Amino acid sequence: MQVFRYSQARTVDGAVENVARSGGAFIAGGTTLVDLMKLNVLQPTSVVDINGLPLDRIETLPGGGLRIGALVRNSDLAWNDTVRQQYAVLSEALLSGASPQLRNMATTGGNLLQKTRCYYFRDTNYACNKRQPGSGCAALDGFNRIHAVLGGSEHCVATHPSDMAVAMMALEATVHTQGPKGERAITLDDFYLVPGSTPDRENVLVPGELITHVTLPALPSGTRSVYLKLRDRQQYEFALASSAIVVNVNGGSIQRARIAFGGVGTKPWRSREAEKALEGQPASPETFRRAADAAMASAKPLKYNAFKIELAKRALIRNLEQTTQAA
Amino acid sequence: MSTSGNSIIGAPIQRIEGSLKVTGAARYAVDHPMDNIAFGVPVASTVGNARIARIDTSIAQRMPGVLTIIHHGNTDQLFRPAGQLEQSSRAGEVRPPFEDDKVYYYGQYVAVVVANTFEQAQDAAAKVKVQYETQPNVVEIADAPPPQGPPRIHYARGNADPAFESAPVKIDETYVLPPETHNPMEMHATIAKWEGEKVILYESSQGVVNHQHVLSEMLGIPVDQVQVLSPFCGSGFGGKLFPWPHSLVAAMAAKRVNRPVKFVVPRALMFTAVGHRPLTQQRMRIGATQDGKLLSIHHDVFQPTSMVDTYVEAATGVTTMLYSCENLTANQTLVPMNIGTPTPMRGPGIVPGLFPLESAMDELAIKLNLDPLELRLKNYAEQDESFSPVRPFSSKHLRECYQIGAEKFGWSKRTPQVGSMKSGDEILGWGMATATWHASRGSATVRVRLNADGTARATCATQDIGTGTYTIFAQVVSEKTGIPIDKIEVVLGDSSLPDGPTSGGSTVTATILPAVSAATNGAIDRVIAAAQTMPSSPFKRAGAGGDPPKLIMTAGRIHVADQPPESGIPFQEVLAQHRLAALEMESRTAPDPTTSRQFSGHSFGAQFIEVAWDPGIARMRVSRALTVIDAGKIINHRTGRNQILGAVVMGIGMALFEETIYDKRNAKPLNNNFADYIVSTNADIPDLDCIFVEYPDLHLNEYGARGIGEIGLAGIASAVTMAVYHATGVRVRKLPVRIEDLIAGQQMTA
Ligand SMILES: Cc1cc2nc3c(=O)[nH]c(=O)nc-3n(C[C@H](O)[C@H](O)[C@H](O)COP(=O)(O)OP(=O)(O)OC[C@H]3O[C@@H](n4cnc5c(N)ncnc54)[C@H](O)[C@@H]3O)c2cc1C
Repeated sequence: MQVFRYSQARTVDGAVENVARSGGAFIAGGTTLVDLMKLNVLQPTSVVDINGLPLDRIETLPGGGLRIGALVRNSDLAWNDTVRQQYAVLSEALLSGASPQLRNMATTGGNLLQKTRCYYFRDTNYACNKRQPGSGCAALDGFNRIHAVLGGSEHCVATHPSDMAVAMMALEATVHTQGPKGERAITLDDFYLVPGSTPDRENVLVPGELITHVTLPALPSGTRSVYLKLRDRQQYEFALASSAIVVNVNGGSIQRARIAFGGVGTKPWRSREAEKALEGQPASPETFRRAADAAMASAKPLKYNAFKIELAKRALIRNLEQTTQAA
Repeated sequence: MSTSGNSIIGAPIQRIEGSLKVTGAARYAVDHPMDNIAFGVPVASTVGNARIARIDTSIAQRMPGVLTIIHHGNTDQLFRPAGQLEQSSRAGEVRPPFEDDKVYYYGQYVAVVVANTFEQAQDAAAKVKVQYETQPNVVEIADAPPPQGPPRIHYARGNADPAFESAPVKIDETYVLPPETHNPMEMHATIAKWEGEKVILYESSQGVVNHQHVLSEMLGIPVDQVQVLSPFCGSGFGGKLFPWPHSLVAAMAAKRVNRPVKFVVPRALMFTAVGHRPLTQQRMRIGATQDGKLLSIHHDVFQPTSMVDTYVEAATGVTTMLYSCENLTANQTLVPMNIGTPTPMRGPGIVPGLFPLESAMDELAIKLNLDPLELRLKNYAEQDESFSPVRPFSSKHLRECYQIGAEKFGWSKRTPQVGSMKSGDEILGWGMATATWHASRGSATVRVRLNADGTARATCATQDIGTGTYTIFAQVVSEKTGIPIDKIEVVLGDSSLPDGPTSGGSTVTATILPAVSAATNGAIDRVIAAAQTMPSSPFKRAGAGGDPPKLIMTAGRIHVADQPPESGIPFQEVLAQHRLAALEMESRTAPDPTTSRQFSGHSFGAQFIEVAWDPGIARMRVSRALTVIDAGKIINHRTGRNQILGAVVMGIGMALFEETIYDKRNAKPLNNNFADYIVSTNADIPDLDCIFVEYPDLHLNEYGARGIGEIGLAGIASAVTMAVYHATGVRVRKLPVRIEDLIAGQQMTA
C-alpha cells in the first residue's frame, strides 16, 4: 500500500468536487478498494470517505418501485422486508455473495463497482490490459477457469463478479449519479461496458461522478424471481455461473421474462436472446432448453472454462423450472 | 471400557485455556507487547528460477522510518543446520535466507526491510527494485528432467511382477493428488529480541525445542543462548513443525537494528516459504483372484521436492501394511522443481498414500462385483506383513470399526448400481474407506510441582497447538493427586522448560502421559515421605509387621491406603509443617525399545461417506460422514472428538476443494489467498459423527492412549470419490473432484 490522503466528505457536492479535482477514489465499505490498495493494484493518492453522506435509506417510490441509497449495506438491503417480498431475486443474490462480515461493510454503490477477481489483474507482476492498458492479457494463455465466456475480447476476459448486479440487471435497475456536470440516470445495462479494446473502462462514470442511488421499477403482480449461484463450495466463493430470473407466467405460458447471468460475462450479463426465446412460449422443458441454448449461443470458451457454458444453462433451466411451476 | 477408576481420564473436559482464547487474552506469537519494536517486511521473488542481477534499495533506504534493508549482498553470516549429522533437529528449509544470489522458487525472500512501523516497512518494501536473470521454471513433473539413480524409497516382498502378470483380475490406474497448502488461521510469525548474546523468539511453533536447536545451529550460537516461546499456536497442521527462514530473518534483523523485530509471514507467502503438501502422482497396480484375494500390489510414486531440500512424502508405507498380500513392490521417486520446500501436512505420507490404495480397492470391488467392505475383510491383515518376519499388531480392532460403522451407517441397504439410490430429486452415493495411522511415542521430561497453597503446576517444553495438550496434562495430575483441575497450572511452549516432544505425528499424548504420570507420582512420593517424617505425623504408628503404614494421595489428601481420604490430611498441611514452599519431581520417560521391536503399532478406523448429487445443476455435496476409530483409550472425549471431526472437515476439503495452482510461467501459486484457495466452509459440512472403540493399547503407556490428530483425515478423500462414483459413474482419480469432471462424465454417459 502506498501513502495516500484521507478526508471525509460532508456533502455530496463536496465529495464530487473533491474527487473530480484530486483524481482520487471514493471509499464506501472499502472491501474492494482497500483490498486492491494493499496489493498496489489501485494506488489513489487521495481517498474520500463518503460514509457520512445521507445515502443510506431504502424508500418505496410513490408510483411503486424502490429507491436504494448508494450507502445501503448489502446485509441491510438483503434483509429489507420489501426487498424480500417483492424482489426476492435481489435478496437471494446478495445473501449468496461474500461472507456476512463483508456484506455488513459492503454498500450498494461499491458492490456495483467491485473489481474482477482475475488472478492476473490482482498481481502487478502480470500483464493486464485492465490494470495497465496495452500491457497484454496474462489470462488468455493462463489458468482461465474463472474467466468469462461471454463479452470477452482479445484484450480482456475478466468476469464482473457481482451477484447483486446480476439480480439488478434482471430487475432492470437504473443507476442515479451526480457528477461534475450534474445528475443523470443510466440503465444498468448501459452503465456497464464490455472490454473491447479498452478493458480499463468498465462503466460510463466520469472521474468524480458519484452513484447516489439505484432505483428498481415496480413489478407486475404475480411476478416471481429467483437467483441461483453455482460454484465449487456452498458459501464464500464467487459464482462459476449464476442465473437471475424475473418471470410472469399465465395459464402455462410465459408472459414476461427478464434473464441475467453472473460468473460468465465480462459484465453482469442480460440475455435478451433468452428472454425472446421464452416470452409467449409455453413453460415447458423444450422452451427452457431453447432459451438456455439461445443465451449461450455466442459463448466463447477458453482453455479451462468451457464447462461454464453448460453450468449457466443448467442454472437458468433450474430457475425456470422452479418459478414456472404452478404455485 | 476404562482402565482407570477415576473418571477424569476420558471425561469430556473443556480446554483449561479455553476462556483465555475466547476472551482474546491468550497471547499468540505477535501479540506479545514489546517496547521499541521494529517491523520486518519481506521482499519476495516474483520468479521461480533465477540469479539476482541487481538489488536497488536506494529509494527504499531513504524512506521515512526505514532502519535497514538486508539482502544477500549485505547479510550477516548464517549457517546450515546440522541435520543428519547431529540428528537432534530439523529445519523446514536448509538454505539460510539470503545465502547467495540464487532464486529457487517464487516467493523466496530476497530482502527484508526493517522500519519503525509496519506501514513504513511495507511502503519501502514495494520500492525495492530487484532485477533477475531468469531461467525456465520447472513446476510440473512433465517438464522436469527424467530422475536419475535409484528410487528414493524402494520396498519389495515376494515377487510382485510375475504375480501381477498372471493375476486373473487386474487394476492399473494412476492417481494424482494436487499440492495443498496448510493455511492455519494464525500466520507464521516471529518476534525476535536479543538480550546481550541471547536471543528470545516468540513463535507460532509446533516444536519449541526443535526450533531452539535449529536456530542455534543456523545463527551459529550456543543452544543455551536461544529461547523459543510458543504458549499458543493458532494451529499448524504440520506447517509449523520445523523453523522456516522468516525466523532467522527476524533474529538477524533484530540483532542488526538492536531492537525487537516483528515479522509476520503474509498470507500470500504462506503458500511458498513455509512448506506445503507436495503433489503426488501415484500408479497403483493390483492383481487379484476372481474371488477377491489380493495377489500382487505395485505402488509407484513420483513426488516433487524443492531445489534446495530433499523432502520425502512417504506415500508407499501404508500400502505395505494395510492389507494382506504376499507380493508387493513399492517405489518412490523424487523430482526437484522450482517450488518452496514441501513439509509434512496433517497425515503426511499415509493420507496421500491411502487415496490410490483405497480407490484402487474400490475399483477392484466394482470389477469383481463385490461389496467394497467385503473385499477389505477378505484381505484383512492379521499381522503387519511389511516387516520380515511379520509382526503382530500391538492392538488392532479394525474389524469392529468396519462392523460398527456399517451398522450405524446402514451399509447393508446400499445398492451397488451407479445412481440407484435416491433421496427426493437427489441421487445418493455411498463410499467407505479404511483409515490408519502409526501409534508411537517418543521421550519427554516433565516437572510436576505440588505447592503449599494446595495447587499444582506441571511444566514441559512441548506445546499445545490447539489440540488439547494443556488439558491432558491437568487431567493426569488431577487423576493422580485428586487436586481439582482448576487448581492445576500447566506451563508449556517454552524451550527453557524440561525437554518435551514436537507436536507432530500424533505422538504427543502417548509421549507425555508416562512422563506426567511418573513426575506426578514422584512428587506424591516425596510428599508422602514428608508426611511420614514430619514432626507431628499422624502416620507414625506402626503398620502390620512394624513397618509404617502405606500412604497414598487421594482427593488432595495424604492418608493410609486402606482408609478413606477424610482420615488423612491435606497435602498442603504436610508441606506447611516442613515449612516447604513446594515439593516437586522431574521425570523423563522413553519408549521401551524391545516392545517397539516386537509389535507394530497402528491406529485404525473405518470412514463412511454419503454424497448427495443434484444432476440437474451438477451440484455435489457431502451429506453424511461417519468415522469409527480404534485409537486406544481416549483421554479426553471432547478434544478427542474435536480432532477427528476437524480432520473430517479437512478431508472433505481435500476431496472437493483444495488445490494449490502453480502458474508455469513464473512458478507462482496463483490462488495464494483465502478467497481463491478454497477450503470447506460450514455450509459444506453436514452433521458429522465419530465413534471410538476403546481398547487401551497398553504397550504404549499405562492408559493405553494413542494419538488421534491425523487419522480422521486418512480415508475421507477416497471414501468421497467412491461415493461420487456410486452417485454419478464418474471415477475421479485426480483430486479435487471438480464440477467440470462431473459434467464431462454426464455428457459422456448421456
Ligand atoms: C473475499 C471476498 C469475497 C467476495 N465474494 C463476493 C461474492 O461472492 N459475490 C459478490 O457479489 N461480491 C463478493 N465480494 C465483493 C464485495 O461484494 C465487494 O467488495 C463490495 O460489494 C464492495 O462494496 P464496498 O462498499 O466495500 O466498496 P468499496 O471498496 O468502498 O468501493 C469499491 C469501488 O467503488 C467505488 N465507489 C464506492 N462507492 C461509490 C459510489 N457511491 N459512487 C461511486 N463510486 C463508488 C470506490 O471508489 C471503489 O473503486 C467479495 C469480496 C471479498 C473481499
